[in-house]
Amino acid sequence: MTPPVPSGSWPRAPWVRRLRLPTQPLARHLVLALCGAAILYAVTSSLSPYNDFEVGEIALYVIALAGLSLLTGLNGQISLGHGAFMAVGAYSAALLMTHTHLNLLIELVAAIGAAGLLGLVIGIPATRLKGPYLAGMTLLLALALPPIADKWSTTFGGDQGLTTTVPSAPGSINPEEWLAWIQIVGALITLVLLANLLRSRYGRSFRAVRDDEIAASLAGIHVARTKVIAFVISAACAGLAGAFLGLSTGVVNTGEFPLTLSIQLLAAMVLGGTGTLMGMWWGAVLLVYLPQWSTSLSGDFNLGSGASAYLATIIFGVVLIVVMIAAPTGIQGGLRWAWRRVWSLRSGPGDGTPTVSRHPA
Amino acid sequence: MSLFVNVTLNGLANGMIFAALALALVLIFRATRIVNFAQGAMGMMTTFIASSLLGRGVGYWWAFLAVLVIGFVLGALVERVLIRPLQGKSELNPVIVTIGLLVVLEGLAGTIYGNSSRGFPAAYSQSGLTVGHTKIAFSHFDVFILVAVLVLMTGTLVLFRATSLGLRMRASAFAGEISRLLGVRVGVLLTLGWALAGVAGSLSGLLVAPTSSFGPYFMDLVLVYAFTAAVIGGLESPVGALIGGLITGLSISYVGGYLGSGLQPLGALVLLMVALMARPEGIFARPPARRV
Repeated sequence: MTPPVPSGSWPRAPWVRRLRLPTQPLARHLVLALCGAAILYAVTSSLSPYNDFEVGEIALYVIALAGLSLLTGLNGQISLGHGAFMAVGAYSAALLMTHTHLNLLIELVAAIGAAGLLGLVIGIPATRLKGPYLAGMTLLLALALPPIADKWSTTFGGDQGLTTTVPSAPGSINPEEWLAWIQIVGALITLVLLANLLRSRYGRSFRAVRDDEIAASLAGIHVARTKVIAFVISAACAGLAGAFLGLSTGVVNTGEFPLTLSIQLLAAMVLGGTGTLMGMWWGAVLLVYLPQWSTSLSGDFNLGSGASAYLATIIFGVVLIVVMIAAPTGIQGGLRWAWRRVWSLRSGPGDGTPTVSRHPA
Repeated sequence: MSLFVNVTLNGLANGMIFAALALALVLIFRATRIVNFAQGAMGMMTTFIASSLLGRGVGYWWAFLAVLVIGFVLGALVERVLIRPLQGKSELNPVIVTIGLLVVLEGLAGTIYGNSSRGFPAAYSQSGLTVGHTKIAFSHFDVFILVAVLVLMTGTLVLFRATSLGLRMRASAFAGEISRLLGVRVGVLLTLGWALAGVAGSLSGLLVAPTSSFGPYFMDLVLVYAFTAAVIGGLESPVGALIGGLITGLSISYVGGYLGSGLQPLGALVLLMVALMARPEGIFARPPARRV
């Protein structure tokens, strides 16, 4: 059996050793997250409010993409309906904001819980399904959920949608920067938790189930439970990202969660590097900036105002096809390969033990 | 009572269309173990081509025929260019590639033909037939749908059951290596499977377009309904696709008639989940045997 998409095993990279980072996973991930936080703090405090807003959007997409990457790259399940889980998270948080005056943290936890619950409902039949069946079911989910909000428009606000409120920033921090910080902290916490999860017994059983279900069950892994857990975690990540998206846009309506969103998430995940967590930053940058680039590009070619949205769609589709055929490991896989080449050239032939690469070059 | 009759008739006509697209999915799944999620978008694209041909004064039936041929070529092209390089890789890769093709085609159609949904003519009158003194929700065009899809189904069955070409196609789908040893040109026949699916997909596009808001996304829902139909039928059997299409068409027509059209996709999702939980291998499949 060939392993699905690219492999997601993480050999200890040489730079981890060179930099003398802690070898204990939790400590190492925390150190990396703190470094990331420092860099992002420097970036956001030097940028304009609008750029802060964009950094926050990148952070929220990283959360959704990391969950998708875990599901597809490390557990071998595919979802074409992650936009639906984002919608559930966004609507749950927005409903609480409209009807109650709870702490933002509680609203976010509720969004995570609601999306996770839907993930459980979808994940249980999914355990019996192989690739294309699950893909079709999640595709149907992405098309089935938004009309529900239109049907019960008094609850869900119809076309107008529900409005969200960002808690006011302390001191003299401007609101965009404050929101970006909430989102960045959310993204970093999610990444640290997922990175630890993947280094744990659960991560190993995710990969074992992906590579060979029969062998995994012989080794004592409960295959169905493992697949459901992966699906719920992935859906919960999308729920948090959806709640954050609602905060960014200020309103939550069905127009924000079309089928295209789910497919764009898939494209960004594949481009970033399926099965990686850090690669999702590349994918998130693409999600935030590609629509802008395609608008300016269609302006350059005089394609008319309506064409820019379609141009972005075409680019996402081409990314999916080209990456899958030519470079299934995505950007992060390519960077790792290049990095390993550089180190092996530096250290010279015959130095150190040969590493077994599971990444197809 | 009359609501029930009309909803049933409507479901019957829709079910036949879903069966046509489900047949396309089945043809491809039999040949290459891939679900072509771009099948609906390919039908959308060929229907737009038909619309341009009609706009240039080409007669309806000539455009109809031309588009079926274009669907044939498009199917073969997609298999050769996009699917062949993925042979032997994970089953997730073709899913992702066909999804990519889906959005590329939708983007192209939107760029070329614009966003606004336009009308597409039907072959025959779309006003309901009169039975006795009451007008029923079944038109001349619905009769045409019924006949066209039955012709397509019969043609497929005759091809597979009664011709040597069909026998070779079945052989290369089920035992590729052995067929190759016996001198069957497996590669060509797999492409032929995709090409025939392209014809079925084009036909479904031409049949859906007059009754829907014809635009770049008009086949999205039809595709997922057809997928539901194909899964109910087992993804392997043309007869299963027909039965599955009728079950799906009737179910979502009842959901639409009694609960509101916004809940139709949810109804299909529930149907699909029930079908997969109760009988994941479909109604018509042989007992499952998985090679380890």
